[in-house]
Amino acid sequence: MAKSKNLSVGRRGFLKGAAGGAAALVASAANPAAAQQPDSAGAGAARSASAAVTAPEKDPSSNVEVLTADRPGSDFMVDVIKALGFEYIFANPGSSFRALQESVVNYGGNKKPEFITCCHEESSVGMAHGYAKIEGKPICVFAHGTVGLQHASMAIYNAYCDRAPVFIVIGNTLDAATRRPGVEWAHSVQDGGALVRDFTKWDDTPMSLQHFAESAVRAYKIATTPPTMPVLLVADGDLQEGPMRPDERPHIPKMTWAAPPQGDSGAVAETARLLVNAETPVIIADRCARTTAGLKSLIELAELLQAPVINQFGRMNFPSRHPLSQNERGRALIADADLIFGLEVWDFWGTVNNFRDQLNRTSRPITKAGAKMIAISATDLNTRSNYQDFQRFPDLDISMAADSEATLPALTEACKRLITADLRRKYEERGKKLAEARLAAEDRMRTEASYAWDASPISTARVAAEIWAQVKGKDWSLVSNNAWAQRLWSFDKHYQHIGGAGGAGVGYNAPAAVGAAIANKKYGRLSVNIQPDGDMMYAPGVLWTAAHHSVPLLTVMHNNRAYHQEVMHLQRMANRHQRGITTAEIGTTLKNPNIDYAMLARSMGVHGEGPIADPKDLGPAIARAIEAVGRGEPALVDVVTQPR
Amino acid sequence: MRTLLTIVVFTTGLLGQNQGAASAPAGNAQNGRKLFENDGCYQCHGREAQGGLGTGPRLGPKPIPFAAVQKYIRQPTGQMPPYTAKVVSDKDLADIYAFLQSVPAPPPAKSIPLLNN
Repeated sequence: MAKSKNLSVGRRGFLKGAAGGAAALVASAANPAAAQQPDSAGAGAARSASAAVTAPEKDPSSNVEVLTADRPGSDFMVDVIKALGFEYIFANPGSSFRALQESVVNYGGNKKPEFITCCHEESSVGMAHGYAKIEGKPICVFAHGTVGLQHASMAIYNAYCDRAPVFIVIGNTLDAATRRPGVEWAHSVQDGGALVRDFTKWDDTPMSLQHFAESAVRAYKIATTPPTMPVLLVADGDLQEGPMRPDERPHIPKMTWAAPPQGDSGAVAETARLLVNAETPVIIADRCARTTAGLKSLIELAELLQAPVINQFGRMNFPSRHPLSQNERGRALIADADLIFGLEVWDFWGTVNNFRDQLNRTSRPITKAGAKMIAISATDLNTRSNYQDFQRFPDLDISMAADSEATLPALTEACKRLITADLRRKYEERGKKLAEARLAAEDRMRTEASYAWDASPISTARVAAEIWAQVKGKDWSLVSNNAWAQRLWSFDKHYQHIGGAGGAGVGYNAPAAVGAAIANKKYGRLSVNIQPDGDMMYAPGVLWTAAHHSVPLLTVMHNNRAYHQEVMHLQRMANRHQRGITTAEIGTTLKNPNIDYAMLARSMGVHGEGPIADPKDLGPAIARAIEAVGRGEPALVDVVTQPR
Repeated sequence: MRTLLTIVVFTTGLLGQNQGAASAPAGNAQNGRKLFENDGCYQCHGREAQGGLGTGPRLGPKPIPFAAVQKYIRQPTGQMPPYTAKVVSDKDLADIYAFLQSVPAPPPAKSIPLLNN
């Protein structure tokens, strides 16, 4: 990294321009948009990160050391952050971005963005992940370079797998000559983005403020263009802390959202032809609806064709009580289908094949011979090598590397052009049968829920039903993944379900719920989190964050006192090896002592109820907790539950 | 996200009408409940044998015939890990079966207000 000799500034010049610079500084803080206006004098003369440290330390004539800077580079970085419209910064404090934090708080007034104190970088990113799925846009995370980013890495991987945008800024001091001895060396790195480059969409290390502005806007655009994913910028410590030249006016480029990639017109036309002529089509939606528009588009297509929809709940794709919602009959419909149409389906192969996890792993298709398979997936536009989240390769007849939500309107119009009166009559008949089958399946599901209804530990169906009874009349948002809620609750709004972790990395749920609740707060929604206990223990500090920032969030613990998935895996191995089948709880459970989550919550300022093991006590406890949430605070109900 | 699909896989064909109950060997239901816990059956099927979402079907009340249970757990054709006679004796299995037979029927779903919202 060569230093820019032209950009060092003399002491006299610095002092001469200081007043003007400060005036401009105030103006840009009050009106970030003004900071976006190009300045011909400054735009081409950006200061480099290394050059920043060449700013004079002493006035040769007076020998007075300059100890203050009225206009640090970090102020301009905050201008950039404000221009991008971030409401919050989610961060655990770190010295490598100390100037940025100070600028957010003092220069930026701690408003838009407001600094949200997190207790772990994994929580910061997990919260950002949840926020993005409610708001449909990223939030900004600050993290210490090296150590902070290592903490954050698992959460970044989850967001990457879940195709969720997160905007991450890490601090780092690249210039070894200016690092403080000791810790700062351990916290510095040659290539800040390298650690997470396999599972971020883009990263950069800007070496000037102009470079920072352009890369920040570029990063935002890349993160929000499907497939949406995390991006990372390195904010150099010298660039943050060094003073801007009085005449320095970096330009903040205009952020224009990229139109999402739409499916090829020929492929859309052929898909429409196959769809309208299919006898038993099935639509499978996973991460299809990025926004409310996606939900509406899928409803329109399904109703036009009277085709069943299986919602895999990667997002809130389809109303759960719509007559065409056929989640309960998923496998039977797929087995009978002559056309399977997948929309952002993460694991298409696994959806149409049965895989046996026995000593000899085997698989077989569950589809009938000759069934056509079509997929639209933005993931095809960004597939990496190292991490294998792309799943097994499916046999497809049409594959569109495109965004499903963006493609659906054109596909629906193409279908409309092909539908005849005869076809419409046929669709109506199909729709009637599907509606009847759905009601019958729902009856079976309710009967299934009734088993162990009064059991202690409390059945997971009972937990979901008890919560639903008290939230159904409110404007609610389920900010966690829960299979019984998906079956029993009536979902019809996009923000009512946000899907899961993506990478199945434990430790996502609690932070994502808090982040989603922060996004829901301004809309007055009741955020509901059905929280696995093992996941909570990865990041209990988010309870404190929720209390500190008055985040209205109802958390109901699914406390089965285990990492239950792992209990079952260990059991499988013991059975396979024909020994020790009674020892599967060693190393996999959270007992002895049992964890008191209500006490944990109270210790951090959160309203706590429980532990509750008698189902009769559950309803009143939830009611008290909702009352607390209504006052604008978080509340937790600890429920001792059946395993699943 | 495949949970709802896999549920159906496991719930197919494993619930019966108790046709084979009469031919089941005598067993101790109380001991069977303990074995159901200790041997890990509860992990996938729930502590009351009610079944688990995406993990295992309901086993009681009214389990499928004993012979079918015995055949399946020794040589499962689905996802269930095998329970050979080396780790679960026929006697223990009889006790577990007695427990499954003892599971009480739930109230009708239509009589539970919370399930009709």
